[in-house]
Amino acid sequence: MGEETTWFEFLPGLHNLSEYLRAHLARTELGVGQFPSAWSMTHVWSVALVLTFVTIGALRFAGVVGRGGEAAIVPPAKFGLRNMFEMLTDAVLGIGESVMGPANAKKFLPLIGTMAFFIFFSNCLALIPGFAPPTAQLKTNVALAGTVFVMTHVYGLAAGGLGYLKHFLGPKLYLAPLMLPIELVSHIARPLSLSLRLLGNIAADHKVVSAFFALVPFLVPVPFLVLGMLVCIVQTLVFCILTMVYIQGAVATHDHGDEDHGHDEAEPGDVHHAKAAH
Amino acid sequence: MKRFTQVVLGISAALVTMLVATAAFAQTANADALAFGERDKWIALAAGLGIAIAAFGGALGQGRAAGAALDGIARNPEASDKIFTPMILGLALIESLVIYSLIISILLLGKVH
Repeated sequence: MGEETTWFEFLPGLHNLSEYLRAHLARTELGVGQFPSAWSMTHVWSVALVLTFVTIGALRFAGVVGRGGEAAIVPPAKFGLRNMFEMLTDAVLGIGESVMGPANAKKFLPLIGTMAFFIFFSNCLALIPGFAPPTAQLKTNVALAGTVFVMTHVYGLAAGGLGYLKHFLGPKLYLAPLMLPIELVSHIARPLSLSLRLLGNIAADHKVVSAFFALVPFLVPVPFLVLGMLVCIVQTLVFCILTMVYIQGAVATHDHGDEDHGHDEAEPGDVHHAKAAH
Repeated sequence: MKRFTQVVLGISAALVTMLVATAAFAQTANADALAFGERDKWIALAAGLGIAIAAFGGALGQGRAAGAALDGIARNPEASDKIFTPMILGLALIESLVIYSLIISILLLGKVH
C-alpha cells in the first residue's frame, strides 16, 4: 500500500514533524526499507482529523441535549450534524439490542458506538480525494481489532470470573484437549480477520476511487463513490456486529437460559426504518 | 446572496477537486524493472491466479446468499427489512475471504520487482 500525498502536505511544518519523529521512532532493524510505507505519519494526521470531527459533533450534540427543553427531545427538522450523530447512535443501539439485549447494549454502547463513529468517518475519508483513510493502514486496524480482542477477554473475566476460562474448553469436559486448540486458534483469528477485512475493503476501495479520479475526474467516479459509501456503511456494520457478537459470547452467562439469543422482531426493522425515515 | 455564495463555493470546490485530483494525488508509480526474473514470473502468476480463484469462489457464495435472501423476500415481501440486514452481513462475511486473498495478491505484487 503505497505512500501518497494528501492535503496534509499543505500544513506548514508537518513534514518537519514527520521527519523528526521518523528519526526517533522508526525502526530500522525490521527493514523499514523493505516496506516503504512502514513509517508514515499520514494515518496519524487522518486519525486526528476524524477524531476532531467526531468530538466536535458529539460536543454539539451533548450541548443541545444538555440544555434540555424541547430541543433536546424533538429531532431537528433539517438534516444536520446533530441529526446524523443521533441516527448513528440509534442505529448502533438498535443493533446492539438485537444482538446483546437492552441492558448489555447500553453498557457497551460507549465502546462500540465510539468505534462505529470512528470507523465510519475514517472510511468516508477514503472517498474524498486527497485524504488517506486511516483504516487503510494495517496499523489503525490492528489497534482497533486489538482493542476489541483485549476488551472481550476483560469483559468476559469481569463478568464470569475465572469461570470464563471454561469457555475455551468447549461444551463437554472430555472434549477439552480437542476444543482448546480450536478455541485458541479461533480466538486468535478474530482480530486478524477483523483488521484484515476492514483493511482490504477500504484500501481497495480507496485505490479504485483514486484511480478513477486520476483518469476522469468528472462524473465517472460517481458510481464508484456510491459503491464506496455502501462499502463504508457495510464495513462499519460488520465490524460492530462482530464486536457485539464476540462480547456477547464472552459475557453471556447461562443462568437465564437463552434470553441472550434475542433476535427480536422489531430491532432490524427499527434500524432500517430509522435509516429510511430521514 | 447566500444562495449565490453557495453556488460559487460549490463550483469552485468541484473544480479544485477535479484539477488537484488529476494532478497531485495520484499514487506514486512503481519503478519499472528492466529485467523480469524467473522468480518474478511465478510471483506475478500467483498474484493473478490467486485473486481470480478467490473472486470466482466468492461470487458463487455471494450469489447463493443473495439468491436465498431474494427467495425469502419473494415468499414474504413484508419481511424484506428483517431479511436485508442479515443478508448484508452474510455478504460482507463471504466477501471478507475474497479480501484476504486480495491482500495476499497485493503483497505479492509488491514483491515483484
